[in-house]
Amino acid sequence: MNFDFNLVAGYLPAIGWAALTTIGLWIVALAASIVIGLAIAVARLHGGLLVEAALRLVVEAIRGTPFLIQLFLLYFGGPFVGLTMERLPAGLLALSVFGGCYMSEVFRTGIRAVPRGHIEAAECVGLDRWQILRRILLPEMMVLVLPAGTNIAVGLIKETAVLSVIGVPELTAVISGIGSETYAFVEALTLLSLCYWALVEICARLGRLAEQRLSLYRFAA
Amino acid sequence: MSWKLFTLLVQAAGATALFSAVAVAAGIVLGLLVSGAVLSHAKPLSAAARLYVSFFRGVPLLVQLLLVYHLLPVLGLNVSSATAAIIALTLCTAAYQAENLRGAFLSVPRGLIEAAEMVGMTPWQRFVRIEAPIALRLAIPALLNEAVAILHASALISVVGVIELTKTARDLAASTLEPLPLYATAGLIYLVMNTVLVQGGRFAERRYKVRAA
Repeated sequence: MNFDFNLVAGYLPAIGWAALTTIGLWIVALAASIVIGLAIAVARLHGGLLVEAALRLVVEAIRGTPFLIQLFLLYFGGPFVGLTMERLPAGLLALSVFGGCYMSEVFRTGIRAVPRGHIEAAECVGLDRWQILRRILLPEMMVLVLPAGTNIAVGLIKETAVLSVIGVPELTAVISGIGSETYAFVEALTLLSLCYWALVEICARLGRLAEQRLSLYRFAA
Repeated sequence: MSWKLFTLLVQAAGATALFSAVAVAAGIVLGLLVSGAVLSHAKPLSAAARLYVSFFRGVPLLVQLLLVYHLLPVLGLNVSSATAAIIALTLCTAAYQAENLRGAFLSVPRGLIEAAEMVGMTPWQRFVRIEAPIALRLAIPALLNEAVAILHASALISVVGVIELTKTARDLAASTLEPLPLYATAGLIYLVMNTVLVQGGRFAERRYKVRAA
């Protein structure tokens, strides 16, 4: 077999844009996942029985089905209930909700792992509920959930590849498009694998670095 | 959505279950070998195995699938898309399972291994009779998570045209122009398979719990 990277070299600018799109999608989806995850976690812990039951159903449904099915349901099924969206926002929304549900589980365990005594101490010195949440609960929880959160963040990078199926112009869609144009499938896909591998390794290392730095703030439970 | 469509989806779910089961079973065997290689004292073998684990855990399954699908014919292996899909799923899940099994092997109590050495077992006997059974039991929860992940990941093999639940739902949605009920039903079927798998796994976990480790 001939292995010739020059076949895909001419497409480097397009590949660069696609890589930026993937990174952009990932950052936006990750940020949204964290917000959605926090909201779900806090609502499930403090929102009463009904809210807890309803959110639990949603989280279990999202965690129990393939992302591809969720994406198809939103993108192809959405228009039938008046939810017509372009590829990009549909992909982002699906990815954010998916990531948010997984994040919410991590946050829930994290919040419950914050020692009761810290919160009681905060109450004793007269902090109100919002202050306790912002100054005690969330910062302490962040340290606890960092390893599991990093795993989900890394998983989300890989999940962005699925958006190529509905035609979002990210790395996988663009590079396999180049493959079909030049018939250099193996070269293109090898390059694609290397791109993701690098992204994932960088993200995992950043996570470990953050873990090391934040371990200064670890507390005895 | 008619009853006829529903039965078509349920039949397709059988294919999904079959693909996932074959990949998970083959993945455990390959994963055992890879975890053995990672833990091996031979440096090059261990480095190669670590590279394998890092690559297959670092690249999206969809990309691996496309790569295997296009690479095999170039290498002169003309296999069906279903076979290519099973190979890709197996290679991927083996990397994750190797990582789980590595952890499990490291937590097999040292004393048991020493005792096995004392009574004169050969390294192979030790592995087959002591280390592997205990490590596999310790790894049940992690292997279960991986099986669930593969059940979900198998939806991706629809992209290379393999007929399973997602592909069938997609084809039927295109021909009936009713994507909403079809994808929702497919999702529900996945959810049921997911629940059965998780409950079955919990049972296995209780049944094969390692006592007094």
